[in-house]
Amino acid sequence: MTTDTEELVEAPAEHDADHIKHPTPKQYWLIALILAVITAFEIAVPSISAFDGWLRVFLLFFLGGVKFAMVVALFMHLKFDKPLYRAFFIIGLVGAIAMFVVVLLTFRAI
Amino acid sequence: MSDVAVTDLDHTEHADHHDVKPVRKTAMWVFLGSECVFFGAMISTFLLYRNTTNGGPGSEIFDIPFTSASSFVLLMSSLTMVLAHNAFEKSDMRQTRIWLSGTALLGATFLAGQIFEFTEFIDKGLTLPRSPFGSSFYMLTGFHGMHVALGVILLAAMAVLSLSGRLYDDRGLNVELVGLYWHFVDIVWIVIFTVVYLLQI
Amino acid sequence: MTAQVQTIRSPGDRGVWAWITTVDHKRIGLLYAVSAAAFFFIGGLEALLVRTQLLGPNLEVLSAEAYNQLFTMHGLTMVFLVVMPIAAAFTNYFLPILIGARDVAFPRLNAFSYWLFIFSGLLIYSSFFLGGAPDGAWVGYAPLSTQLTEVVRMDFWTIGLSTLGISSIAASANFIATAFTMRAPGMTMLRMPVFAWMSLVVAFLLIFSLPSVAIGLFQLFLDRNFGALFYAADAGGDPLLWQHLFWIFGHPEVYVLVLPAMGIVSEVLPTFARKPLFGYPFVVFSGAAIGFIGFGVWSHHMFTSGMGPIAEAGFGVATMIIAVPTGVKIFNWIGTIWGGKIKFNTPMLFSLAFVAMFVIGGLSGVTHAVVPSDTQQHDTYYVVAHFHYVLFGGAVFGYVSGVYYWFPKWTGRKLNETLGKIHFWLALIGFNLTFGPMHVLGLNGMPRRTYRYPEGLGWANWNAVATIGAYTILVAFLVFAWNIVRTHYLNKGERVGNDPWDGRTLEWTIPSPPPVHNFDETPIVHSLDDFWHQKYAENEEGRAVRMPAVTGAADDQGDIGRADHGTPEGIHMPSPSYYPALASLGIAITGGGLVYLPWGFAAIGVGVVVMLWGLFGWSLEPVTKEH
Repeated sequence: MTTDTEELVEAPAEHDADHIKHPTPKQYWLIALILAVITAFEIAVPSISAFDGWLRVFLLFFLGGVKFAMVVALFMHLKFDKPLYRAFFIIGLVGAIAMFVVVLLTFRAI
Repeated sequence: MSDVAVTDLDHTEHADHHDVKPVRKTAMWVFLGSECVFFGAMISTFLLYRNTTNGGPGSEIFDIPFTSASSFVLLMSSLTMVLAHNAFEKSDMRQTRIWLSGTALLGATFLAGQIFEFTEFIDKGLTLPRSPFGSSFYMLTGFHGMHVALGVILLAAMAVLSLSGRLYDDRGLNVELVGLYWHFVDIVWIVIFTVVYLLQI
Repeated sequence: MTAQVQTIRSPGDRGVWAWITTVDHKRIGLLYAVSAAAFFFIGGLEALLVRTQLLGPNLEVLSAEAYNQLFTMHGLTMVFLVVMPIAAAFTNYFLPILIGARDVAFPRLNAFSYWLFIFSGLLIYSSFFLGGAPDGAWVGYAPLSTQLTEVVRMDFWTIGLSTLGISSIAASANFIATAFTMRAPGMTMLRMPVFAWMSLVVAFLLIFSLPSVAIGLFQLFLDRNFGALFYAADAGGDPLLWQHLFWIFGHPEVYVLVLPAMGIVSEVLPTFARKPLFGYPFVVFSGAAIGFIGFGVWSHHMFTSGMGPIAEAGFGVATMIIAVPTGVKIFNWIGTIWGGKIKFNTPMLFSLAFVAMFVIGGLSGVTHAVVPSDTQQHDTYYVVAHFHYVLFGGAVFGYVSGVYYWFPKWTGRKLNETLGKIHFWLALIGFNLTFGPMHVLGLNGMPRRTYRYPEGLGWANWNAVATIGAYTILVAFLVFAWNIVRTHYLNKGERVGNDPWDGRTLEWTIPSPPPVHNFDETPIVHSLDDFWHQKYAENEEGRAVRMPAVTGAADDQGDIGRADHGTPEGIHMPSPSYYPALASLGIAITGGGLVYLPWGFAAIGVGVVVMLWGLFGWSLEPVTKEH
């Protein structure tokens, strides 16, 4: 199914430096597997009574954050791409979180 | 003076104007940064109204096993998307087409699941005009669903275009850019699944 | 030189169709400029009607209904259809030239932004003929804006602003990509002219602030048309959420309006003081700092909404802090003209007036940062006075200065100086007569957006003065319009060469008006104010001395020494395309349908098909077609 054998024989000269560092299809499958395992754990968290309270909130945010970061860094290649793109995305992400946390705080909603 | 110019030439990232790809990717990442604020506004509206049910149904009607399954489908569509991009980079059009179609199919499955979920919730009395909770829930998930639908259309269009060999690197509609968009739609759902579903039960 | 330009434009480049399909950033810039000028006169007329109604106590020039529509449309027009597009006009025309590029990063997206802007403007203005214009103020506070459901008026506003937002986001992404990827060799970020920098900051402000208001507008739309309850207090909704979503956009927006004007002033002052800009990095970084801090001050518009002392103190302090980078800029401008050989021509006068008026507006702005003081001033004419000092005496004077400064580049002719000075003095006097008294009126308690006021409150005299001032501004801008018509259309202006002002930046190295491809040869940049350093060297005393004919480009006679390089046929410029206009027409039709739900669904269907046709045709067509 995968094309990893082709990937190995691929001559580096045919691609610019950006693409050599990208994961191989095998690694993509592995990443997806990790994501699936995290998701399974996430779904289980609410039903485990030992995690009630703040620990549950923390765990859900943490696991969701790991998945988010993995997709952005590896599938969207932000880890390998120009720092400029990272800056654009992080400004938007952090800015949005900061502003809307303040909004929710003024409503005393969180 | 001239040696300054030479060193600067090396430091100018995009001295070559014909290199179109980074130009498009730059704009795409700017747009995705902007989209963060879009979804940030909607998610915080939902958080503000998460308990404002106005006497109607609240988060207790969520069907977590079902939503988990459709979340998983969308998550896996990110894998097929990245494989499509990988195949496209290697000019393997057949593999590209297969993975593009697979991604579109998974996206359509997610959408079907969302439509089913919406009809279930409407049966249980949760509608847009029922409560601020309902309004913000449907707006957030509906807006995300519209993003998925647009992605499915783009993916299907690219799969069709690849049949006649008209899938190019240097057009607005290309595998890498649509891929970035698609992964973004996926990570937004990761956040929605955590914040809207898992945290509210 | 003009002859050379004509050889470049083939006969197919003329006529209406050529303007509809154009992807040339200069033509799109001119389209923005002309549209903004038209809306400026419409918006000004609305203001005059409002001022006439307020001439004396208890007047009834307009009905209350018409009054509400006029002040709403005045604000909406001036912010979204005048100042933003005139900034877009300058950015379109000069951002690529100032950084040594042949066009913006996405020429067709650029055309799309323009057409979506003009269609949105026409959509909003069609409301006057379709049952009435929006009348809930440009800020459209819920629940006022959600309760007026018996008419479609506020839907023109929710939909029109949303499509304008799409246009601005597209334009901003385009400008960011241009500034980051299209710079000429040697044009490092810190060699970009200040105007290019301010355009870049503005693009970031729009990209990260517009989504917030777009979501708010969509929520209002759902509340009004589909019974959603986002802002319905009786169902637990909170109307204050709208104020947050609006001002998260709305405050960065005021910097969007004024920063490009600051950029223009930072180009004009050094040119006519014949000195380099004092502290270039400070001007650039304080502009960026204004943009950044601008995202953290939105709630100072909401000090009377009861957010609690902690939030109010925090936002008050943030608002005071943002005055610091603004002050840095003021001092840099003063430092620039200090000891310079100042030439008091019209562009310089408007730039100097910008600095002076902006200081007044900035100082009254700081008084809003003090919460108890702001509580007194909130919703009074004092606020109206404040933001007109920054946005009219500030931003508009800056843009007018830019028009006088760059008009020779656009047309090859200088605007008349005498008429320009008449325009300047009438505008300056009229402006201060109109808005100066409003400080007093506001502190005496006159509320803004008020239709009538009774006798005996001591407001009558100052209101009469303000109205007289408003008519003076009208006369001033009629002189301006006559100056442009006379110079350009009646061909009476003085013809000039490439470099009429002895300028410092790249636009003065190319012919006036510039050829389609801007630069015959992509310039190589060696320093900030590169063109100046090509023309002048410093002697031992640090004085600028003209170098003996370094390049022909410095000469007013034309581009000697360059004409033999690169014919236009040899440079591949993007081909004209009608798809961008088609796609934006589709969006506008869809928007029109959304206003008239439920029977607008038919229009939505048509609009979506047209839009998809445009978008797919666009994304499949190559950028440069073989002829």
